[in-house]
Amino acid sequence: MNSHEVRIHIDSNSDIVTARQKGREIASQLGFTSTDLTLIATAISELARNIVLYAQEGEIILTVAEEGARRGIGVVARDDGPGIIDVERALQEGFSTSRSFGMGLSGVRRLVDDFKIISEVGSGTTVSVKKWK
Amino acid sequence: MTDTQAATRPQAVPMQPLSESSIALLRELVAHLRQSRTQLREEWARRITEAQLLTAMSKDEIFAEATAVYDNYVDVLETGAVEALQAYARNLSERIIPRGVETHEVVGIVLLLRDVLARSLFAKYQADFTKLNRVLDAYEPAANRIANTVAVSFVQERERVIREQQEAIRELSTPVLPVRERLLILPVIGTVDPLRARQLTEQLLRGIRTNRARVVVMDITGVPAMDATVANHLVLTVEASRLLGATVIVTGLSPELAQTLVNIGVDLSKMNTVGDLQGGIEEAERLLGYKVAPLEESAQKS
Amino acid sequence: MQVPILKQSDYLIASIQAALTDADLLQLRDALVTQVGTFRSRGVIVDVTALDVMDSFAVRTLRDLAHMIRLRGAETVIVGIQPEVAFAMVQLGLTLEGVSTALDLEEGLAYLDKKIKAISSSTKEGRS
Repeated sequence: MNSHEVRIHIDSNSDIVTARQKGREIASQLGFTSTDLTLIATAISELARNIVLYAQEGEIILTVAEEGARRGIGVVARDDGPGIIDVERALQEGFSTSRSFGMGLSGVRRLVDDFKIISEVGSGTTVSVKKWK
Repeated sequence: MTDTQAATRPQAVPMQPLSESSIALLRELVAHLRQSRTQLREEWARRITEAQLLTAMSKDEIFAEATAVYDNYVDVLETGAVEALQAYARNLSERIIPRGVETHEVVGIVLLLRDVLARSLFAKYQADFTKLNRVLDAYEPAANRIANTVAVSFVQERERVIREQQEAIRELSTPVLPVRERLLILPVIGTVDPLRARQLTEQLLRGIRTNRARVVVMDITGVPAMDATVANHLVLTVEASRLLGATVIVTGLSPELAQTLVNIGVDLSKMNTVGDLQGGIEEAERLLGYKVAPLEESAQKS
Repeated sequence: MQVPILKQSDYLIASIQAALTDADLLQLRDALVTQVGTFRSRGVIVDVTALDVMDSFAVRTLRDLAHMIRLRGAETVIVGIQPEVAFAMVQLGLTLEGVSTALDLEEGLAYLDKKIKAISSSTKEGRS
């Protein structure tokens, strides 16, 4: 496991900004391009926002991801909220340009490289994403 | 050290501190190697040709390189100085990579040189077995260090060159051309994979900002096919351009490609498309308010 | 943090200086809508050059802002979206549909000038 881990508690809108700025900082130290920095910060912003919107509180955990020779950033968004009823459907959005008022998870998935979600009604949601350099 | 720094500085294998006698011995055998340099160099060049290495270079070129390399090698043997070693390794890589030399060749010739010099030391000190051992004790770690450093640095340098070349190719294949004030033309030629598509978008968006373009004519006549992912990316590029205040006119859309776009749910009537590049430029000029004469029929606004 | 709003003849210009919290964005929206009424402005420019991230909330708020301002008879232009931000936005599917955009303040003003002139010189309302 990684030794570097930054946890940000999320329970208000201002925490969203904190989480994404911290994420940008870590990614910047890892040497990501400026475009990737924006993608990462935006993804964190959306994930944190989902926590606030649907679970009221949770946390964002930022880590340095390592796999063999490659390095990247790992983001885990966890909450003990109500959970997602139909995960498949939440992820399944077409390539259409207008996003329906939903979680935007399919959008987040497009911003990152690895995407994993575990969610059960009544036991909260954990979204783990990774972006490699 | 950041990743970029580590990539450009060849790594040196750490050296064990030598005893006083070892240092003296090293100096002695280095003197011998310098004295015999002519015949040892020839021997080395011969072995290289025999092993069929450096086939990308002519015999004369090999000999010329062998001279410089030999002297450097012996210098570094003597001093063991880290900076000299790194400089030597980097210098060697920079000179021979453009000649198309492969990694196994570089490792091969350095090891051959090590062997040639070792044999020479065997020959000189064979009468005194104890001394020979001490000589090898001094020589072997130094020689192996050189081989190791050169190999590692060569690989790193090679990777750096490949990265740069790939970047250059990508840049060349998607040029953003400022044609008139506020008008950019982006001719896309060849197959577009997701990586290239993304690079295309980044270059275009930056180009829009730099040139303050209001209209972009993206010509995809030269693109044979696009899968759904890349086609979708095209749509995203058009939308992202709009966010920067630029309208994108797509020209050269083949019927197959139009079908792909429809299949992924794109409303073609919302996309600004014109048959060919010329028509696209005329439409762009019209949008920008330039007078295009003669006007036989007014251009349709899509 | 309050966003400064400048009045330039018929237009209002809001330049966002740094990352805004949700509350700040809503406050900006309300302030602009109010001031458009107060000054009877014809156009509003929101400069987002300093925003390094535009997430779903920001986009939604700007869309609402433009809509509400149009109800008061004025045009809104969002300017200064950074290339990286535009890229991230479209990946997320946020397109600011229905809202006018321009490269920067200068382009935004030029756009408003043209638009306002077109509206006032024709009897029909201009296309939104």
